[in-house]
Amino acid sequence: MKPIALTVNGKSVEASVQPRTHLADFLREHLRLTGTNLGCEHGVCGACTLMIDGAPARSCITFAVACEGADVRTIEGFDEDPLMDALREAFSAEHALQCGYCTPGMLMSARDIVTRLPAADEARVREELAGNLCRCTGYVGIVRAILSVLEQYRGARLS
Amino acid sequence: MKAPRFDYEKPKTLESALELLGGNRDARVLAGGQSLGPLLNFRMTQPDLLVDISGLSELAETRDEGDAVVLGARVTHSAIEDGRVPDPSRGFLARIARGIAYRAVRNRGTLGGSLAHADPAADWVTVMALLDATLIVRGGSGERRLPAASFVTGPLTTRLRTGELIVGLRIPKLSSQARTGYFKFNRKPGEFADAIGAVIDDPQRGVRRAVIGATEGAPFVIPDAAELLRSGSEAPISKAVTSAGFHAGTYEHRVHCAAIKRAVARLQ
Repeated sequence: MKPIALTVNGKSVEASVQPRTHLADFLREHLRLTGTNLGCEHGVCGACTLMIDGAPARSCITFAVACEGADVRTIEGFDEDPLMDALREAFSAEHALQCGYCTPGMLMSARDIVTRLPAADEARVREELAGNLCRCTGYVGIVRAILSVLEQYRGARLS
Repeated sequence: MKAPRFDYEKPKTLESALELLGGNRDARVLAGGQSLGPLLNFRMTQPDLLVDISGLSELAETRDEGDAVVLGARVTHSAIEDGRVPDPSRGFLARIARGIAYRAVRNRGTLGGSLAHADPAADWVTVMALLDATLIVRGGSGERRLPAASFVTGPLTTRLRTGELIVGLRIPKLSSQARTGYFKFNRKPGEFADAIGAVIDDPQRGVRRAVIGATEGAPFVIPDAAELLRSGSEAPISKAVTSAGFHAGTYEHRVHCAAIKRAVARLQ
């Protein structure tokens, strides 16, 4: 076991972990933060995507022991975030989820697109979403939801 | 699946990292973990020890050497994509970086890690061979410099010796006349490529190279590709792909021919 200290959703966390425990299992099993979902467990499906030091990352292929000093933010850490609120509303309005399993990871990538690529068009949004698989919606609603929030934020920046 | 048991160390200096890697235990270097993580979860690799190099700041450094740029092994794909590191390639490396896997992977995956992992379908394996970059490697007995064009010797196999670590890459600067072209076939953006074509035409430096990438092993370098770069000439492309070990008429032959042809058409 190795001791680690990191920040999770703004709170300091100290724990002792086995090196083989990946970050998603640490969050789900040790901290009971079950908002982060696990799909493929090899970095392909995107369900476990969360923010490490402000940038999207795969928590299934990131070991908890390697997160010493990191600032980790899961979907539970975005309750007070106006941009995530806008995305959640848009996902709901555009039917951008059905079973919801991909949604936490999808919202992380969506937030990254809106903040990093404010000029993104539909083709770019689809390209950026290639790393998040959804087996229910066919992506049409997800793409529409993200485009609508991009539009809102472009308006907000102009005013 | 879950990774097997392993020990973990995060050394603070390059010397202690090399000491750990040169010891008796079966040790693997952990950089961004974007290839090693999946391999561990699949249990395709079961090392005794992971040596996490993310604490070694000297491996994240970059410097301009006049005719070349040196990028530390820990520079991430997204740092290259975003132009946060010096660019020797007039935008070529940033275009390549944007096509590697997915943003969440690019945020952690590193240049050195990708080369050390040596997946034949990896973009940097092909691109660094094309640009005639040099790997700077450190081991217990000092520093070695290895040409990227002959670094990968087979699938997941390189000229790195046990106990050695890639510390950086020296990438020659392209001249103002240089044009580069790249095309990869993959089923969807970010997937592993079926074929990669990469070409460079830099008359000022006398460089006209092509690389057939995403082969079944080492990238196939064509050092003098002048004939192949002349647009519309299919015969030299087909001949080169045959020399790379792909039999005419097969899917692999056709897809590699098409990748090179499209890379030439995209020279910019």
